[in-house]
Amino acid sequence: MMAEAFSLSQSLGIAGPELIMAVGAMVLLMVGVFAGERSTQIVTGLAVALVVISGLWLVVVTPTGVAFGGSFLLDPFARFMKVLVLIGSAFAMVMSVGFASRERFNRFEYPVLMVLSTLGMMIMVSAGDLIALYLGLELQSLAIYVLAAINRDSVRSTEAGLKYFVLGALSSGMLLYGASLVYGFTGQIEFQAIAQAATAETRSIGLVIGIVFVLAGLAFKISAVPFHMWTPDVYEGAPTPITAFMAGAPKVAAMALMVRFTIDGFQNLAVDWQQVIVFVSIASMAFGAFAAIGQRNIKRLMAYSSISHMGYALVGLAAANVSGVRGVLLYMAIYLAMTVGTFAVILAMRRAEGSVEEINELAGLSRTNPVMAVALTALMLSLAGLPPLAGFFAKYFVFMAAVEAQLYGLAVIGVLSSVVGLYYYLRIVKVMWFDEPAAPFEPMAPELRFALGATALFIFPVYLVVGGTVFNAAEAAARTFF
Amino acid sequence: MLGLQATFFYFFALIAVGGGLMVVFSRNPVHSVLFLILTFVAAAGLFLLTGAEFLALILVVVYVGAVAILFLFVVMMLDLDMGRMKKGALKYAPFGAIIGLALLAQLVIALSGSYLAPSTATTLATPMPIPPLDQVTNIEALGQVLYTRYILFFQIAGLILFVAMIGAIVLTLRHKEGVRRQSIPVQVARNPKTAIEIVKVESGRGL
Repeated sequence: MMAEAFSLSQSLGIAGPELIMAVGAMVLLMVGVFAGERSTQIVTGLAVALVVISGLWLVVVTPTGVAFGGSFLLDPFARFMKVLVLIGSAFAMVMSVGFASRERFNRFEYPVLMVLSTLGMMIMVSAGDLIALYLGLELQSLAIYVLAAINRDSVRSTEAGLKYFVLGALSSGMLLYGASLVYGFTGQIEFQAIAQAATAETRSIGLVIGIVFVLAGLAFKISAVPFHMWTPDVYEGAPTPITAFMAGAPKVAAMALMVRFTIDGFQNLAVDWQQVIVFVSIASMAFGAFAAIGQRNIKRLMAYSSISHMGYALVGLAAANVSGVRGVLLYMAIYLAMTVGTFAVILAMRRAEGSVEEINELAGLSRTNPVMAVALTALMLSLAGLPPLAGFFAKYFVFMAAVEAQLYGLAVIGVLSSVVGLYYYLRIVKVMWFDEPAAPFEPMAPELRFALGATALFIFPVYLVVGGTVFNAAEAAARTFF
Repeated sequence: MLGLQATFFYFFALIAVGGGLMVVFSRNPVHSVLFLILTFVAAAGLFLLTGAEFLALILVVVYVGAVAILFLFVVMMLDLDMGRMKKGALKYAPFGAIIGLALLAQLVIALSGSYLAPSTATTLATPMPIPPLDQVTNIEALGQVLYTRYILFFQIAGLILFVAMIGAIVLTLRHKEGVRRQSIPVQVARNPKTAIEIVKVESGRGL
């Protein structure tokens, strides 16, 4: 009578890291409630420890396998993406330690919500069917809606939260509609079963509409054009550590979901969804590159930059082969490092009177704070994709995958738009090195110094050394699907 | 037996339609909400007649127990002037008519479709994890999978509600300064020594 029996204890073992996060979040909330309003620092520290423990548990203890009757998968792909998600979240939490107390919205719920959002992302990455996909996505998004609005005395923060919430609800609606069509036309919710039911010969137009709607919902979460409208405003309005969080881990998780949905569920229908991905990819790369040129606010600039980077990552997915998926994984890993580093600098842009966000405020940084200037220069050139920085390898592998899949046009447009993108990254470098110095910033907080140092050293020169290892891990993860 | 079922169907259907009309036509908004509750209960009865007792109970628990009561709160808290609100209602009538016609057209298409080509509804043989109704009732069938096969989803849904709860508190709770609050331990710990002060007032002089 049951669809398929599964062993609960085995399932709980596979979902071990998620259990740690879920139980830990509730414990942290209790600690916060009983320690009172001044406990933010303690709870944040414990939250980082929780994420690290969960990550170690994931890498060392947890076995791969299928849990909860196919709803929850832990394969090499999921493990790779979850490690990225956990690293991104841990850095975002570390970077938020000082900010909340300086901006006076010191609330212990803040790290707890970050832990719950991370839990949602882990479920997304491990989702084996449409229901887990949706629930993971909602858990992740709902926590971020609250986080974006958490500085409730600031009109901009509230506006950012509300805007993200309304548009996020719309995208959830589209995703659910698509999922219901996919279920209706295949009679299955599990990706593996959908893959068996949906063959190129028997596919109906309704199924394709369903796929397009689900992809639209997911494209919203990675802020790919044409579902990017919310990104600049929300990035600008949300408190900066939250923006740093939103730009990193959730994108990795949503991209993982996109890869799993298309490659795992609809490999047979690649022709149908490939054109969607190619369009979204080209539009994101080009729009991100051109729209960023006129920006003065560095958070808005990073929003457009992340839109175009999602376009580059999707180039790999459009290729729909092993090297393409491997390219996506590498791209997300390197993108995460570059984003964390850049936001560490943005968080450090602070004078006695408060935070500043204009690009002009970076003027003459090479003279006032040479170390920060060198690190930011490396990050900007890496975002632009210049060799020998890590960003170059990220772009190289996705473009090579596109060439391998004979998507020459896509690869050419990608290279051209990264040339356009080079302009606005170089503008920041020029402002830092050649403009008259503005007033110096306050000394960097130790946690920001750590985040910036770690990521800047990762993109150069550490990546040249560990690049092979990361590549092999990504290769093994991509082999999950082929 | 069928006659009895038909009797109850018409009974609940009439109440539902009548209640629905009264929601629109009653002058007092509080009465509208009460008629809405009546409509929900009648609809729950209709669900029960078709064998969907889970939907019937959910309708009562969620819509009557939570949504309608929330409406009632809102209606009673806000000072609504129905006369003024109804004044502008006529200019929306064309939109209402269009939506009504669209819904009617959909109904006609759906019904005529199932009459003209009854096979289209069943061309896709979907696997049915739920056993037939004559073996278990649908609450039992749901219960058999909800806490076993779908335990993961049940738990994640719980976590989502948990986040919603934290979010509501984080975004709205404010500790106002200078508000006198009841502190039960302090009240309980009072005794005559701390609470009463005996003042000897000299006669002929005020305090």
